[in-house]
Amino acid sequence: MDAVEQLYAYLDGELDHSTVVRVEAHLRRCSPCLEAYDFSADLRRVIASKCSQSMPADVRSRLLGMFDDPGA
Amino acid sequence: MADQANFTADVEPFMDPLYSAALRMTRNPADAEDLLQETFLRAYRGYSGFTEGTNLRAWLYRILTNTYINSYRAKQRRPEQTELDEVEDLYLYRRLGGLEAASLGRSAEDELMDMFTEGEVRDAIDALPDNFRVPVLLADVEGFSYKEIAEMMDTPIGTVMSRLHRGRKQLQKTLHDFAANRGLLGARSGTPGN
Repeated sequence: MDAVEQLYAYLDGELDHSTVVRVEAHLRRCSPCLEAYDFSADLRRVIASKCSQSMPADVRSRLLGMFDDPGA
Repeated sequence: MADQANFTADVEPFMDPLYSAALRMTRNPADAEDLLQETFLRAYRGYSGFTEGTNLRAWLYRILTNTYINSYRAKQRRPEQTELDEVEDLYLYRRLGGLEAASLGRSAEDELMDMFTEGEVRDAIDALPDNFRVPVLLADVEGFSYKEIAEMMDTPIGTVMSRLHRGRKQLQKTLHDFAANRGLLGARSGTPGN
């Protein structure tokens, strides 16, 4: 895994404990990596929040309506 | 064992997130509703096999993803691009990384929030080919683990990781191009006193 993949794996919570300790020690010393990490985490939150859409009421009632009938 | 009688009450809290995910998978509201209809029917039929107390959200997303990949997508006539051009790592950061220093008191998160509209973020995700869009959606929007995504997509974990990596880079490049096309990036560096 290269450094950027490792940064993302850290962001994704996918590293084992000893690697997490190593990555965090590195981030404390290395401001370019810390900035890249913060930016990536920020971007991810922005993407997730802008993708969130509510289900329209008519769609919701059609979907839930499928299970109203005991024969469904 | 879960009780079918409680099905609608149990899945209700997941309706909005599942709708958002179905929209990004199918890329249009009519198909998203069809996909959800099939997903809920399958979930309802299989609900007695769901173990109460385990992760209902992951179980529903697994059915959603599976239904999309195996039945819905198979019906699409449009040939799907399956490869991506090489994009530099941390594409957007390398081009925008210093932006928070330029505007005092604002976080990069606030800057990014203002820079991209909801429509642009959704279009950028929609522009990814299926096999990259689904893992990016499941990881970055829904927050599932690599292992969960691998199970949902029935794909080896290494494949999930590499598609995620390349899909994220492509997504950043598309977002960058949107901002550049609107002249946001030039204006930012070119306006004195900004």
